[in-house]
Amino acid sequence: MTIARREYDFQAARKRLEGKAKSAGEKLTSLDEAVARVKNGDHVALGGCLFSRTPLALVRALLRRRPTGLSLSRNLMCYEGEWCMVAGAVDKIVTSWMGIGLPWGLSKILREYVESGRVPMEEWSHLALGLRYRAAAMGVPFLPSLTMMGSSLVDVGGSKIIDCPYTGEKLLAVPALFPDVALLHVHRADRLGNCQIDGYPHMDADIVRAAATVLVTAEEIVSEEEIRLHPDRTVIPGFAVDALVHVPFGSYPHECYGLYDAEPDHFSVYVDGINRQGAAGVLAYLDRYVYGPATHAEYLALFGDAALAEARRRGKELVS
Amino acid sequence: MSAPANGVSANELLAVMGSRELADNTTVFAGVGAPMLASGLAQRMHAPLLTMVIEGGIVGPRWKPGALPISTNEMRAAYRAQMLPGITEAFLLAQRGFLDVGFIGGAQIDRHGNLNTTAIGGSYDRPKVRLPGSGGANDIISLCRSVIILTVHEKRRFSDALDFVTSPGWLTGGEARRKSGLLFGGVGRVVTTLGLFGFDAQSRRMRLEALHTGVTVDEVKASTGFEVLVSDTLTTTKPPTEEELGILRALDPARQFL
Repeated sequence: MTIARREYDFQAARKRLEGKAKSAGEKLTSLDEAVARVKNGDHVALGGCLFSRTPLALVRALLRRRPTGLSLSRNLMCYEGEWCMVAGAVDKIVTSWMGIGLPWGLSKILREYVESGRVPMEEWSHLALGLRYRAAAMGVPFLPSLTMMGSSLVDVGGSKIIDCPYTGEKLLAVPALFPDVALLHVHRADRLGNCQIDGYPHMDADIVRAAATVLVTAEEIVSEEEIRLHPDRTVIPGFAVDALVHVPFGSYPHECYGLYDAEPDHFSVYVDGINRQGAAGVLAYLDRYVYGPATHAEYLALFGDAALAEARRRGKELVS
Repeated sequence: MSAPANGVSANELLAVMGSRELADNTTVFAGVGAPMLASGLAQRMHAPLLTMVIEGGIVGPRWKPGALPISTNEMRAAYRAQMLPGITEAFLLAQRGFLDVGFIGGAQIDRHGNLNTTAIGGSYDRPKVRLPGSGGANDIISLCRSVIILTVHEKRRFSDALDFVTSPGWLTGGEARRKSGLLFGGVGRVVTTLGLFGFDAQSRRMRLEALHTGVTVDEVKASTGFEVLVSDTLTTTKPPTEEELGILRALDPARQFL
């Protein structure tokens, strides 16, 4: 069993939330100031999914602080999980799948770190991890489900099977996951942290409600009036947000629905570095793209305006 | 992908045979690669009223030929979708019973249709080979009404004993699946590059039911790491037609997945 009591302790999570300011005030700040809220040993949940709407600007800012002992969870973990392993930032990865995608093969970094026992990967089914965040978002210690039973995955985290109090049938009691911190990237927000997401919502709304501290980057900061004109589009209430940073291309080179496409060629260059040098390839990448650029603008300059414009063009084409 | 002598690639064969398993007026949970091609082909052949549900939280996409998705969580996967309900919601549609068929694959499969995509050798904590993990495969096989496994047929994949059951098929056979708490569904079909397989109704052991053209029973046995049953009414599948191959190649002209 690898789940810890604090992950599903709904009473402690409730008290923590009750003890926290839930302000309707200003949330705008800088990346560095936002990630200063993450403490060593925290459980950090990432929004988005695989290479879609990954909060990469926040992840980079977090890694620049050289954190240690984090648990990192995400529904499908992309190479940001590899960064955290190689940077020595994580003690545990919680996910249903880790890699980039079929064309890039198995993650050599996942293999190296898990097979040597350096960083455990706690595996859940995709739905089960979604229900862990959902249970926490609902403020309850578990949710019943029909998934995962009979498989070896039940034993990995230490899930329990219960008898339904009404029908007597077996149910998987999926334990809640209350992260310490959630990192998210959204399409637009007002200064107060009311956030709107276009396209697929992934699990972001549940992760926000589940977490004790919520850090958000937004492609665009809009007026309060604009949010109030379309309140049906708001999926994250401002009072749940602790810090908001205006970061255009905040998930690039991952995609942001309707705004810009992902850059598979960049992923291939990254994987080539690993194929040549192993973990040292990741370190070289981190030096160039994570530790190197002092600002987000310097980071984007590594890709160039032409590449960004082309990613925008493809992104718009894919929703029209 | 390997290209058999008749010029049909492994994924073309799997996509064609997979598509023929899909009925009109049904729903299918489909992932990237052969499953999405099988679903897209079925919609263009005999099942125009088939709806795809995609793991990324996508209902009813109409993928653009030449712009097929690399992942189930990207804009190409959502192209011209009817609804984007979110990941958890997509799987809950399956848990409720809305999904007739689910497609999955796996690194290792055993005689009861259980799949391993987690770890080979060693222990869970210190595996010899760490694989990517379940993703949604466990949920699809646990929650859809019937699952079709699409896979290349190789001895190393068709394993006598799995080190880890990522996705539960019929478990140890008989009533084991139901007794584990999985009250619904099960593996209906295994579509491989050598033939089509079903499962004996009692023992739930894998049974060869049809061979692809030019494949022999001995070849199947030699490529399978466990004793495979052979149907008394063994048939031969109809080879992929020019029309089917033409549709697949129009969907994926760059042969990214073919």
